[in-house]
Order: sequence, then structure tokens, then C-alpha cells
Amino acid sequence: MDFDLSDEQRQLKDSVERLLKDTYDDLNLRKGYMKEPKGYSDALYKQYAELGLMAVPFSEEMGGLGQGLTETMIIAEAFGRALALEPYLPTIVLAGGVLRHAGNQAMAAELIPAIVEGKQTLALAFQERQSRYDLANVSTTAKADGKGGYTLEGEKSVVWGGDSADKLIVSARVSGGRADRSGIGLFLVDAKASGVTRKGYPTQDGMRAADVTLSSVRVGPEAVIAGPDKGLDVLEVVADEAIAALCAEAVGAMAALQELTVDYLKTRKQFGVPIGSFQVLQHKAVDMYTAVEQARSMAYYATMMAADPDPKERRKAISAAKVQVGRSIKIVGETGIQLHGGIGMTMEYKAGHYFKRLTMIDLAFGDADHHLRQLAAAGGLQ
Amino acid sequence: MELRFSAEENAFREELRTFFRTAVPESIRKKVSENRHLSKEEMVTSHKILHSKGLAVPHWPKEWGGADWTPVQHYIYTEESQFNGIPQPLPFNVSMNGPVVIAFGTEAQKKRFLPRMAALDDWWCQGFSEPGAGSDLAGLKTTAVRQGDHYIVNGQKTWTTLAQYADWIFCLCRTDPTAKKQLGISYLLIDMKTPGITVRPIQTLDGGHEVNEVFFDDVKVPVENLVGQEHRGWDCAKFLLGNERTGIARVGYSKQRIARIKELAGRVMTGSKSLMEDDRFREKVAAVEVELKALEMTQMRILSEDRHRKSNTPNPASSILKIKGSEIQQATTQLLLEIAGPLALPYQTDEEEHGANALLPDIDWAAPAAPTYFNYRKVSIYGGSNEIQRNILAKAVLGF
Repeated sequence: MDFDLSDEQRQLKDSVERLLKDTYDDLNLRKGYMKEPKGYSDALYKQYAELGLMAVPFSEEMGGLGQGLTETMIIAEAFGRALALEPYLPTIVLAGGVLRHAGNQAMAAELIPAIVEGKQTLALAFQERQSRYDLANVSTTAKADGKGGYTLEGEKSVVWGGDSADKLIVSARVSGGRADRSGIGLFLVDAKASGVTRKGYPTQDGMRAADVTLSSVRVGPEAVIAGPDKGLDVLEVVADEAIAALCAEAVGAMAALQELTVDYLKTRKQFGVPIGSFQVLQHKAVDMYTAVEQARSMAYYATMMAADPDPKERRKAISAAKVQVGRSIKIVGETGIQLHGGIGMTMEYKAGHYFKRLTMIDLAFGDADHHLRQLAAAGGLQ
Repeated sequence: MELRFSAEENAFREELRTFFRTAVPESIRKKVSENRHLSKEEMVTSHKILHSKGLAVPHWPKEWGGADWTPVQHYIYTEESQFNGIPQPLPFNVSMNGPVVIAFGTEAQKKRFLPRMAALDDWWCQGFSEPGAGSDLAGLKTTAVRQGDHYIVNGQKTWTTLAQYADWIFCLCRTDPTAKKQLGISYLLIDMKTPGITVRPIQTLDGGHEVNEVFFDDVKVPVENLVGQEHRGWDCAKFLLGNERTGIARVGYSKQRIARIKELAGRVMTGSKSLMEDDRFREKVAAVEVELKALEMTQMRILSEDRHRKSNTPNPASSILKIKGSEIQQATTQLLLEIAGPLALPYQTDEEEHGANALLPDIDWAAPAAPTYFNYRKVSIYGGSNEIQRNILAKAVLGF
């Protein structure tokens, strides 16, 4: 048991934080990136690649650095603190996670070098309008063409980073009923392939997503990433790693919002004194701090358990982390806005942007109540 | 960063578990697990068993019987002993007064007091709070006036836990009435058999007799029983209260109580299913488990950070442990009360528990539910109330 970062991990943390501080500290810079064609800074995305961030989770044989989830946690936390827009989560954690776990060596060898160099972005199209938080609820169909290929038909919704991604990884049902656990395959689809229509839009947190319509999209046997016997298993392990990363991102954003709030309480004067001299506000700030620290603890726990070989233990731990982080998000986000007063309500000030990103993180891959239900149904943690 | 326990650490845990479960009588462990009161004899028995294996004061320096463990080993020891229903070695001896005597006492005081303190040959109690000095502890009024080789102590202490069993009391007394609040206090060790000391029991809401008032009426205390410098007792007090915070998370006891909640709720039926199969109830249990896991990880993070702390002062972040630890303990007692339901109503004293008036065995499990729930309101009050902990965090961590 040791919570210290290694020298390499500390270096990684320092270099990511330094880069993001220079490029994101000013909220106007972020607004500028949002207006770029892809809705984020392509130049910055390339810089991440130069720093080696894209290579972090991939094995050395695949051209990566072979690092673990701790490094991903460090990066995600820094992204949260900066409110970075670039599609690291969709490309590296989600789509990259599928490539790592599905075990299709040929496809990995073909795609990962371009991902690592920052030349290609991917998105994972796993959600549908009716699916809510159930990864197995898939109505998009994949019909075998008899030659090893498939024809995809259906609609995927809120695909993070989906409007600018070069390639999509799509979950589609090869067999079984709508929410059956088996029968789901994962397919690689070129975003510009015939029959693919994307409707892109900004999301509440300033990022971008797309609804994707697949109309008789034909893919060859080489596009099958995971067959119907294992698609859901891959999706589940990738979702759990993504939840761990999102927990870390939330911790970064919550810590930044909490610090911003404390600074504000110390400088804002009313009744002739800094409002931070009032005990009722101090105690609320302490409750924010406690909520951040409890969430940080569970983000570490999620990072540790996301690689647990027992899927049942892994799922329970990830659910527990998402519960804590979701509850902390509500405390830190809402109190952060309240303690700022009117300025917290404006688009010009950073607090509100943290609040919005945090709120969207709670809604990603299951909110606190969803995961509490899952955890309770699985018998709890002990 | 390695967040799993090593094979050596797991082996250490295994060894402790085996010892706890074989050496400490099951009757005692069962009582702790069921939140029943222990007699003085049971507490002494358990303490002495631990002491025989060097497990009563492992956090003390090696020369005074400590174990020279890593912070993680200390953590495992605390959690494992709590989870197995082992009564804590008497905290007044081992966590409060002992560390103060070690840090501030003279060699003669250490030799005289520490071995008997570690072995629980002397039972100590804490003379800090007074009727007019609770959260504002430095407002205490009990006086100690120097007369030759003695202090003459007059005043009153209150909330003195288990003073009815105590041989000695460590006491904050005002020695300089002219100095500013914190600067005129001294830390004295007082023999409870000294003439002029009266102990009066206070019955708490649960019906139990845990706390007392202690009155001092011209009590003669030899000057050699002063710990640290005269008028500098506040340093000892701050040091002691900082130590108290780290032990206060009580993760192991809460884990043990969660296990008991699940076991009892699995047996109690609501309609055609057990309470543990009721969605609403089991989600409440799971929510507490999440908080507890977060607390456990936070405690380990603070332990890990403490290895790098240069200063000997307590980590102010440990106030989080007090706040969350007490809230979680209270939540578990609330859940036990809900499980007991209407069976929580019958009231019986400790004496009746074994007498002719004893409850029927099949509802006896529910008897401690309400008293424990009532009694545990104390945990967010003692050791610096949770509001005081927020003040500490506001000042020391957030810089207000």
C-alpha cells in the first residue's frame, strides 16, 4: 500500500499540468478552442501526442508506453482541472480501450500508430436513445452477409466526440432480443462510409457529440472488433475504465472549483469584511473540501479496482466510486455556485463551467442513484 | 503508487486475525460486536491478553513496549482488531496519556507510569472538560495552586468517562490565573485515591453509566506529578487532541457493524421477503458502505502522507476522519435501529440483562439497538465536536 507517485508519474503529472495551465488558464482561450472547426484545439491535441499522452495505455508491442490506469488517472485529473475539451476520453480511453481489450491484433496494429501520433481520433458509439445506462440495450442491428462481413442498421445517440472522429466503433446486435447480454458485436466503421450520417452538436459542458444514423452500412470481416459472444464483456470493462477516468476528471474539476471558491470567499467583501470570515460560509467550504477528498479517495479506489480480474468485484467497486463521485459532484458543484452568488451564474466565470462539466460526468455511464442500485443489488461492498 | 496490500501485509493481517480470534474470549468479542456493555474485568482481561503479545501499545516507541511497525501495519492492526470485536486497549492509557508522558514527561515519570499504563495495572481517566469548558476547553477553571512541594487542586471536571474504575486522572488545571487563557494551564497526574476527590455518576440517555463528574476539594498533588513545564499544559492538550483525531475514524468497527446489519436484516422479514431484499433498505446500507470505503481510503492516504510530514503536529486533514467517521458510525446505529423496529422498545438495564427479567432470547438481539443509537449521538460531540473539526479544517487547511 503506497499512495506516492513514482518519479515518472510525477513527471507526467507536472508536464501535463504545465501544458494545460499555459493553454487553458484563461477561460477565453477555451472559448476560442470551442469555435475551431472540430470544437477543440487540434494543435493542442497534437501537443498531447508529442508529450506521449496518447501512447500511455497501449502496450509497447502496439507502439504505446505500456503504462497503467494510474497514468490515465493523472491525465484525466489534469484535464478536469483545466476543463480540457480535446477528445482524449473518446479516442484513448473508450475506443482505445476497446482496441486494447478486444484482442484483434491486426486491427490494433493498423490503428494504434495513427492514434498515438495524434493523427486520428475515434469515438465509441455505444448509446442509443432508449438504452439509458444499460450497455446491453442495443437495437442497432448487424446482419451477417455470409462472407464474414455485416450490414449495420440503426441509430446511435450522444456519441462523445462523434462529430469530428475519423472512425467509429459501433455496438450492434447480431442476435438476441433488445437487452440480451449476448449477441452484441463491436464493429469499426469509417465515419465517412456510405450510409453513415452524423448530426453533430455541442454538449452542455462545451464539448461536442453526435447522433449517428447507420443505414445499410456494409463492413467487411476485417471490421469485426469483437464478435457477438464477447462484445458486451469488452464494452463493460472499457466502461469501467472510463468511469475510473471520469472519476479522476471529476476530482480535478471539483478540486479546482473548491479552490476557486475558497479564493473568492477570501477576496469578496460585504458588510466591510471578506465573506470568508463568516463561519456559516467557512463550514460550507469545508463540506466542499471533504466531498472532494472523499471523491479523490474513491477515484484512487476505482483506478485500483478497474483492473481487478474478478468482473463482479470490479463492477461493485466501480459502482461505489461512481456513487461517491456523483454525490460529491452535487455537493461541490451546487455549493460552489451558491457561495459565489451571482457571479457563479455567469458564462464569463469559470465556476459555472466546472459545475456544468461535473453535472455531465454524473450523467455519464450511470448517475449516483443508478450505481447505488447496482451496488445494492450485487450485495454491497463487503 | 501501489494501492493493494503486499503479500507480507496480508500475512501480517492473517496472523493478527488468528491471534484475535483464538486468544481473546469469544464472549467478549461477541459482546463488542453486539454493542453490549463490557464489565471492567472484561476490559482488563482483553487488554492484558493484547499486552502479553505486545499489542496494547504498538504505536509507542520500542523502548516503552512499542512494535516498530510501518503505518500500514498500524492501520491493519486497528482495522483487524475492530473488525473482530476486540475491545480497544484503554484509550485513556494508550492513546491519550501515554503519548503525552512519552513526549513531555521526565525519565522518572516515564519509568514510574508507562509500564503500568501499558499493562492496565493503572486505569487512567481524562480530566479535561468542565461544566463551563467544552468546545472552549481553554476556558477551564479548575485551579492548582502551588504550596511548597504540592499543588492544591480545586474545581470540577465533567464527562469523565469510566472515572468510576480509574486509579489515576490526567488533568488540565489553571496554575496561572493572570495569564492569557491558554498560557496558564498545567497538565497534572492525580491519584484518584487522594483525599478530596469525589466521583458522581451521570446517567446518559441510553441508561448507561459511562461518564461522571469529578470534584476536587483541596486535593494535594505532588509537584513531581506535573508533566511538561508549568503553565505549558496546553501544549500537551493540543498534542493529545491531535492524536485523538486519528484514532477516531473507527473504520473496523463500522465494517463489523455493516456485517452485523446484513446478517440481522437477512433474518428479519418484511412482508414475504427479508429486509435485506428490500430495495430501499439495501440501498441505504450500500450508501453507508460507499462512505465507509471512501473513509477507509482517505485514512490510508493520510497515513501515507504522514510518512512525509516533517513536523510532529497532527495532520489537520485528519479532522475529515473525525467528521466522516462519526457520521458513518451514527448511520450504522440508525440502520440497526430500523432493523429492530418495534422490538427496539423494551428497556432493560445491564443487571436485568442476565436476571429473571431478561428478555426472551429470540428478541434479545434487538435490545442494544435503541441504547446504541442514543449513545452514539456522542461520537459527533466528543473529541472536538464536528463543528469544531470544521473550524480546524477551515483554519488549518483552507486558510480562513
